[in-house]
Amino acid sequence: MSRLAARYMDASEASLVRSASRGDKTAFGELVRRNMQAAYYAALGLVGSPDDALDLSQDAFARALKHAAKLDPGRPFYPWYYAILRRLCFNFLRDRKNRQRLLDEQGAWLAHDLSGGGPGEDPEARLGREDARRIVARALSRLPETQREVLVLREFEDLKYQEIADLLEIPVGTVMSRLYAARRALADALEEQ
Amino acid sequence: MNEERTDPMEERMDQLMRALDGELDAAERTAFEARLAEDPELREEWRRLSRAREATMGMKLRHPPEEVWDGYWTSVYSRTERGLGWILVSFGVIVVGGWAAWIWVGELLADTTMPLIVRLGMVAMFTGVVILAVSVVRHRINVLRTDPYKDIQR
Repeated sequence: MSRLAARYMDASEASLVRSASRGDKTAFGELVRRNMQAAYYAALGLVGSPDDALDLSQDAFARALKHAAKLDPGRPFYPWYYAILRRLCFNFLRDRKNRQRLLDEQGAWLAHDLSGGGPGEDPEARLGREDARRIVARALSRLPETQREVLVLREFEDLKYQEIADLLEIPVGTVMSRLYAARRALADALEEQ
Repeated sequence: MNEERTDPMEERMDQLMRALDGELDAAERTAFEARLAEDPELREEWRRLSRAREATMGMKLRHPPEEVWDGYWTSVYSRTERGLGWILVSFGVIVVGGWAAWIWVGELLADTTMPLIVRLGMVAMFTGVVILAVSVVRHRINVLRTDPYKDIQR
């Protein structure tokens, strides 16, 4: 847990987690403020819808608050919270209606990195980039949840393999297998273009 | 959490992923490039996977409006309060409503001056209204939970 702890935890967090576990809502609020953006983006990567990501990430914090007494002051808050969040997101994705709606959204939750374009960009190149965005978003939304999760953590959250393994409590080999399967599916989708 | 890979296919897959993500050390990188040079199948797979990697590298998750963060914690806290509120309201409605319905239905059925069919019709109507009310309330709750604008302060 050391790499993960280094990423998510500092000295003041240990004290916040301790206070939150004793029912201090102000301390819990501070933990929410520190982690809300990471939570939102993690949910967005998983469900692919900004509105649902906001709703699910807040719902997960509300559930975490309800079970705050179970917090371990010796461990970082975010991985504990993330376990709740991913369960909610996976349940959400297993609802067929939600899944169909997300497929129809054409990847509005993804954006191009600003370094890749600009106002003076060639219109043809812009169209190509938009197509690529739609293809990537569609391919991502069709991946099994566990593969999509690993790909999002690696590509958009920039986590190392070991950090992903620690966060998901799986072996590093499994991280690489899921990443490989996800990238192959993505490569197939791009080839079909 | 590391484990030894004994299957050559798994080992090849790991090497491809680690090469794509820059997690190979110098010696591993040299060995991988040598393998690439002599294996056309591996080269083709490397090309396809590199393309997939490049496609995702040029993208990021879209940022929400800044207002979202202002009301974020308040909304989380409200959810926990609302949860308790709903439990109490539901409990109260079930107890009081159930008691009132029991008394009302009892009195209605005991009223022999009214024809039986009318009494049964009124019980059916009352039951139907309760079912519709519960359905509408449940729908409203679901809409509230997914309304994207409810927490945005204008």
